[in-house]
Amino acid sequence: MHELAVCQDIITQVEQLAIEHKAKAIHSINLEIGPLSGVEAALLKAAFPIASAGTVAENAQLEITAIAVTVNCNICHKQSQAAANKLICEHCGSWQTRLVTGDEMVLKRIEMDT
Amino acid sequence: MCETCGCNITPGNKDTESGKAAVEVLHSLLHENDHQAAHNRQHFDQHQTLAINLMSSPGSGKTALLEHTIDKLGDQLNIAVIEGDLETENDANRIRDKGAPAVQITTGSACHLDAHMVHDGLHQLELDGVDILFIENVGNLVCPASFDLGHHKNVTLLSSTEGDDKPSKYPVMFRAADLMLITKADLLEVLDDFDTDKATENFRQLAKQDPVLTVSSKKGSGMDEWINWLKSSLTDYREKLAAGKTQQPAIQSDGAAMHSHDHAHHSHGHAHVHSHES
Repeated sequence: MHELAVCQDIITQVEQLAIEHKAKAIHSINLEIGPLSGVEAALLKAAFPIASAGTVAENAQLEITAIAVTVNCNICHKQSQAAANKLICEHCGSWQTRLVTGDEMVLKRIEMDT
Repeated sequence: MCETCGCNITPGNKDTESGKAAVEVLHSLLHENDHQAAHNRQHFDQHQTLAINLMSSPGSGKTALLEHTIDKLGDQLNIAVIEGDLETENDANRIRDKGAPAVQITTGSACHLDAHMVHDGLHQLELDGVDILFIENVGNLVCPASFDLGHHKNVTLLSSTEGDDKPSKYPVMFRAADLMLITKADLLEVLDDFDTDKATENFRQLAKQDPVLTVSSKKGSGMDEWINWLKSSLTDYREKLAAGKTQQPAIQSDGAAMHSHDHAHHSHGHAHVHSHES
């Protein structure tokens, strides 16, 4: 349960951006989360009201875009979707793959009142 | 992408005076942590100290491994340890009894170490002359994997009493490993349900080509291979430093990648603003 710590880090960043852009309030915060980030979207949403209370982001909408796991095969060089705990190429069955997407934990965009 | 500071913020337009604005940020969610981690990494690099993050379940034998590592390596290399636990000074005392400096971080109820805690711990530790600093993370196979501490290598321990399917159950943790260390090998002969080949296969299924070693701290088996891995990691690291580079764990969070530049040049002041006049 480290999602509260992650939320507090997000709030620190958002507060800084609000000051830089002279924002009165934050409307929305958009994140991208992949299953291999180690961060759980539902728990982030649960922790967000606690972390944002009394801050410029207090009434902000937390929007989370889920990113699927995809890998690129080092052997056959094809791309495929994979399960988080089985990063296997679905074309040739090799485990020698490289993660393309799925470990994102990105603060993508915020909307604010300036 | 911003080439000036490398933190993936696009160059900013002019801010609006009123109305709504959207800012493309593209920072790691752990931007603050990662910024501190980059600072810690510079501090290690200034002292040429290889920092290794040890992660595992509670009770997998991290401290026992360190005790025996100090016994075997202590007369050749200077070792120091940062210990992370929720409570007690016990583990730091065990390390000090072996003659190595140790700092205990008690996290209270926090389930992981973060870069700020390690930074505070570093204030109590003299790094001059230290070759390898072990950071023994809080015993937990979930949260520690998400936090860059500024270290150079991740070692994830899997003890034979835990089950060989742990890499499949905790993929984020085991994906982070630069080395998987199967510990308590002396128990393998009585634990017929733990198969080291299966554990390795489950690790490989996370697209991991990194080495897997099997050790028994108690009986000493496999310790020579572990010591060799440490020595070659230290050599590699110092060669990189000599070439003006640093080292990061093989699988790093987005945030660590975004902070691979010299953090001193970092600036927060140029996020990309689209105006939506309302």
